[in-house]
Amino acid sequence: MAKELVAFRNLETHFKTSAGTVKAVNDVSFSIREGETLCVVGESGCGKSVTAMSLMQLIESPPGKIVGGEIFFEGKDLLKLSKKDMSRLRGKEIAMIFQEPMSSLNPVFTIGKQITEPLLYHLNMTQKEAKARAIELITMVGIPRPEKIFHSYPHELSGGMRQRIMIAIALSCDPKLLIADEPTTALDVTIQAQILDLMRDIKTKRNTAIMMITHDLGVVAEMADFVVVMYAGKVIEEASVLELFREPRHPYTQGLLKAKPVINQRKERLYSIPGQVPNPVDLGENCHFHDRCEFCMEICKTKAPPLRAHIDGHKTACWLYEEEGKAQ
Amino acid sequence: MSQYIIRRLLQMIPTLIGISIIVFAISQLVPGDYITATQNPNLTAERIAQLRALYGLDLPPVQQYFVWAKNMLVGDLGQSLQHQMPVTKVINTYVWNSFIIAFFSFVFSWIIAAFVGVFSAQFQYSFFDKVVTLLVFLLMSLPSFFIGLLAIKYFALDMKLLPTGGMTTAGLNATGWAYIKDVGLHMFMPVVVMTTLSVGGLTRYFRTGMLEVIRQDYIRTARAKGLKERTVIFKHAFRNALLPAITLLGFELPGLFGGAMILERVFNWPGIGQIYLASLNLRDYPLMLGFTMFLAVLTLLGNLISDVLYGVADPRIRLK
Repeated sequence: MAKELVAFRNLETHFKTSAGTVKAVNDVSFSIREGETLCVVGESGCGKSVTAMSLMQLIESPPGKIVGGEIFFEGKDLLKLSKKDMSRLRGKEIAMIFQEPMSSLNPVFTIGKQITEPLLYHLNMTQKEAKARAIELITMVGIPRPEKIFHSYPHELSGGMRQRIMIAIALSCDPKLLIADEPTTALDVTIQAQILDLMRDIKTKRNTAIMMITHDLGVVAEMADFVVVMYAGKVIEEASVLELFREPRHPYTQGLLKAKPVINQRKERLYSIPGQVPNPVDLGENCHFHDRCEFCMEICKTKAPPLRAHIDGHKTACWLYEEEGKAQ
Repeated sequence: MSQYIIRRLLQMIPTLIGISIIVFAISQLVPGDYITATQNPNLTAERIAQLRALYGLDLPPVQQYFVWAKNMLVGDLGQSLQHQMPVTKVINTYVWNSFIIAFFSFVFSWIIAAFVGVFSAQFQYSFFDKVVTLLVFLLMSLPSFFIGLLAIKYFALDMKLLPTGGMTTAGLNATGWAYIKDVGLHMFMPVVVMTTLSVGGLTRYFRTGMLEVIRQDYIRTARAKGLKERTVIFKHAFRNALLPAITLLGFELPGLFGGAMILERVFNWPGIGQIYLASLNLRDYPLMLGFTMFLAVLTLLGNLISDVLYGVADPRIRLK
C-alpha cells in the first residue's frame, strides 16, 4: 500500500455564529495516500468543504477556527507551521480548484499573468521560463491556441475553459495533492465528463493524489479509489469505492445509493431519504442521523456511535454494528 | 477608441445647448439685475435706462439669450459687469488659486482614503476599523466653517504657527522659492481642512468597495496559490476595488476648478468660489452664466474621462 500523504486526526473546526457554535467539522479523522483519489461525499453543509479549507488553512477567521486535532502532510503537522511556511506549501505542494470557475479567476488580469504567478513566486522562474511553462500547461489541459489564451482575459473564456485554466494553475508547481471542491458542479454534463477525464489523466500521468469533494455519486463511481462519507460534520463511513458500492453499511449511505437513478430502469419516483439535515447549531451527543433513520434505536438518541472497522478497511459509525446496538 | 471619444464629444453639443437654455432661463427668473443690485442712490432714471441699453439688459430675454449664445460660440463669454473685464479673464485670474488648494486636497484625500479604507476593510471590526469608522463619521458631520474657524483660532491666533488667511503675506515682494514658500504656508490650513472634510466619505467608499472584493472567489484563489497576503490585498483585491472609484474620479474634475465658497470665505482665499458667490449677489449675469457653463463643460468632460478610464482599467469593458 502507498505511503500516507495526508492524515486528519480528530480535526475540529468550529464556526461561532450569533445562534451558537456550529461544529462544521467534528472529530474527523481519515487519511489520503500518495497517488490516490479520495472522494468526500455528503450533502451541502456536512463539512466537506470546511475539511478541505482547514487543510489549506483558508478558513475565514472570524467566524471560523480550527479548535482541535492535527493535520499531517508528509509527516508535518500543518497546524503547527508558521503562516509563512504554510503559504509556501499552498499552491506548491497542495493546490486547490473550486466549484465556481466563472468567478474564481481575477477579471482584471490576463490568464497568462494568473498562471505564471505561482511559478514566479514558488519556483523563482524568470518571466520567460514561466511563460514557456504556462503555454505548456495550457496545452496540457487541452486548450488549443495556448499563445492566444495566454493573453486573454477570463471573461473571454467559457466556463469549461476557465475550469481547465484553474486546473492548469493548480498543477503549475507540480503539487503532491490536488484538492478539487466540486469541480464539475457548475458545468454542463458534457463538459463535466471532459474535466473528469482530464483529472483522471493527470492522476495517472503525474501520480498526484486527489482529494475530491462532491455530492455526485456518479462522479464518485468514476473517479474514486477510496470514499469518505460525511454527515453533519462527522465521518460516518469510509471504504474503498468498490466495497462501498457493493455493500454500503451505514443507513445514510444506503439511502444515498438508493436515491441514485439507475439507467434503463424507469421509476415513478426516485427514493429520497425522509426528513432534513439537522440544524448544525449546538448538535447534541447522539447519532446526528437518528431522526431520519429507519433503524433508529434508543441508544442512537443518546450516544454518538464510534467510527470502527468491522470489516477490513471498511469503517462505519453506526450502532447497528456494535455490541450495544445488537443487544437492543 | 478615438472614434468613441469623438462621438462622445459630439454628443456633448446638444447637452450643452440644453444646459445653456436652462441656466439662462433660471437667471431670468431671478428678480432684479445688475443695476438694481448695485443699489446706487445717485443714479437717475435716465442714467439707468442708458446703462441697461449699454449692457443689453433692455432686450427681450430670447434675444438676450441668442446674443449670449452667439458670443459663446466664438469663445467670448462677455464682459463681467462687476469687474469690468472679460469673464474669461476673471475666471482665469481666480480659478487657479482655487485649483491649487483643490488639487492638493484631492491628492491627499484620495491617497489617505485608499490606504485607510483598505486596511479597515482588511481588518473589519478590529479596533483600528472601529476607530476609523468613528473618526470618519465625526469628520463627515463637521461643518467646514466651524472646523475652519477653529483651525484659525488654534494654529494662527493662539500658536501663531500659520497665517490667518489670504494667499500671500501683505507687502511681501518675494519671488521664486520664497514666494512658493509663502503661498505654501498660507494654503496649508485650507488644504488640511478641505482634505479632512472629503477624506471621510471617500474612506467609507474604499472600505465598502474593498469589503465586497475580498469576499470574491478569485481572492480565495489568490490565497490558495500561496501568494503573500500583501500581494493578495494590494494586487488582486485593490485593482478590482479601484474600478468603482473611477466614476467618482470623473466627478472630481469640476470640483477641482469649481472653488470652495465657504472655505475660501473663511480663509479669505482669493479663489473663484468667492467671486462666483459675489456674482450671484450682484446679478453679474455674464460672469455667473459664463462660470456655470464652464463647470458644465468640465462635468461632461469628467464623465467622458471616467468612461474612457473604465475601458482602460477593466478589460471586460470595450468602448465602441
